Amino acid sequence: MQKKSWNWNRFLACSEENMRNLQLQKLLERNSMSRSIEIERERETDGTKGCCKMEKGSSGYISEFLGSIPTFLRRCLFQVLSFGPIPHHIAFILDGNRRYARIHHLEAGMGHRYGFLALLSILKYCYELGVKYVTIYAFSIDNFKRKPDELQYLMDLILEKLEVVLSEENMVKQYGVKIDFLGNLKLFPEPIRKAAEKVMAATAQNNGTVLLVCVAYTSTDDIVHAIQGLYKEKQARIQQTAEGKQMGDDDEPVECSGGSNLEEFSVSSADLERHMYFAGYPDPDILIRSGGETRLSNFILWQSTFCLLNNPKALWPDISLWHLVWAILQYQRVRPFFEKKKRL
Amino acid sequence: MGANRNGDDVTEINRIHLVGFFPNDLFQITSSWRLDIWNLVIRLCWFLLHQVFNTVHIMMGIKRVLESYFVPSGLLDEYKDLQLKKLRYLAVVVDSEEALQTLRIIKLLQWLSAIGVKHVSLYDMQGVLNKNKETILRSLSNSRLWEESHEKATFLNGGKMTLEFLSISDGREGIAKAASYLCSKYMKAKTLSGNQNERVFTESDVDIALKAVGCGGPEPDLLLIYGPARCHLGFPAWRMRYTELVHMGTLKSMKYGAVVKAIHKFLTVRQNYGK
Repeated sequence: MQKKSWNWNRFLACSEENMRNLQLQKLLERNSMSRSIEIERERETDGTKGCCKMEKGSSGYISEFLGSIPTFLRRCLFQVLSFGPIPHHIAFILDGNRRYARIHHLEAGMGHRYGFLALLSILKYCYELGVKYVTIYAFSIDNFKRKPDELQYLMDLILEKLEVVLSEENMVKQYGVKIDFLGNLKLFPEPIRKAAEKVMAATAQNNGTVLLVCVAYTSTDDIVHAIQGLYKEKQARIQQTAEGKQMGDDDEPVECSGGSNLEEFSVSSADLERHMYFAGYPDPDILIRSGGETRLSNFILWQSTFCLLNNPKALWPDISLWHLVWAILQYQRVRPFFEKKKRL
Repeated sequence: MGANRNGDDVTEINRIHLVGFFPNDLFQITSSWRLDIWNLVIRLCWFLLHQVFNTVHIMMGIKRVLESYFVPSGLLDEYKDLQLKKLRYLAVVVDSEEALQTLRIIKLLQWLSAIGVKHVSLYDMQGVLNKNKETILRSLSNSRLWEESHEKATFLNGGKMTLEFLSISDGREGIAKAASYLCSKYMKAKTLSGNQNERVFTESDVDIALKAVGCGGPEPDLLLIYGPARCHLGFPAWRMRYTELVHMGTLKSMKYGAVVKAIHKFLTVRQNYGK
């Protein structure tokens, strides 16, 4: 646990620095102040780098101590929260990135970058809380209908983040995150598809937190995909039986060719689940959709029978620890109800 | 609260977290009575945290109740004129235990009818509402069953409110039935025609199959959830892609004003459908 937490800190070190830079950039954009702040920023960055190289003085220890207080308080909060049941699986719909960019007068696409940083923080909190599975609805099949320039920006961003994960492969391995992409990856351009496959292969052996990234995904497409899978499976089985019978007894007619067993062909919901993208993963316990919207937008429609729906008004880049804590408190409150319903 | 785990689990969980908190050596020398005190402190903090949570919830509940009283008395002008063209189908999900309160269900339907809602799907997991549908239909003179509607495509033109009763069997099981229908239909066709091309299913195939097996139906625009949790409890998955889900609290605490407010809020929502 200690070792992994340390790795998390390393993993976040880059993202926190990015966050700081992005925040400064935001200030620059908002206030139209340029050179003086830029110089200040450069100084700060140099100072930070220099600080790491220098030996720590007493002020360094004090600032380190003060810096560790929020982490300590957060861990205390998680310790208290862990007295109640902690969800196994939390799903997120990352909604509100574009609205965030509009509200803060940011360049198109910057909202998604802020959203990515918020995602890293939330993933860290989930890990610290002991949530085993985290699912994010990153890109819907319906999102392909967006304007070409926005779509291109999103594709570039996805590819960039995948490459970052691949370049930090050792760190991801040490931390133990297993990343799985759920959805129809064939709809993506080849570089993204290949990068996603590489990330899945690189993290397949990890047994820590599982991050399920739903891309080119919709729940109805998942159901159609499952029916297709079942159809293929059944077809292969019939073909196998027919071949077996022909080899075993040439005189006996092949039963499956005419149809009595075809008429009786039946599929259960468990059969369908075996062929869904979510096969092998537990159903989410909580679904958090940021941005205040209350619909599922074709996400985990099948898997959300006993899932607590939580809709904080905060836009995704503004999502914070408190939204997660609030959702978990709600979950702890209603869990006995869900347990009772599951037993029925 | 009743939400905490049993004693052994809690000790084990806290032990795991303690390992993360303190150096291993320190943890090993921590005696069991210290662990008990620590557990007690954690338990107390957890209890207090939930008390704060409950207090906030109660305050929010009071705010909602007050708002719902103001709405029908006309104090909020914005709720007066509801343009219901956008709301074609409405669904109500009720916890099966609460669904036994048939009188409240009838009252809710009367409110919806008075507001002008034309099609209502009533869902509860165990099919309690379906069992009581005769009583419900008898009590509502201007209602009819969805199945009995002869001209389903044009039922909205009629003055009567159309009711549909659904249960968990119309959800996942319904889709499984549609999958069986599709697979057997196309495998049979393939065998008879000898066509070796791979059949690729589409969402419209599933739509057609669901109708064929009797599990099709319109997608509600708005879904009101009555129960202790904000959860749809297995409402047919195929029929709520872009449905707005609104938690209304328990059936016991239902308010006319809250229904009007939920419908009004729905009418102001703008959907992008992924664009």
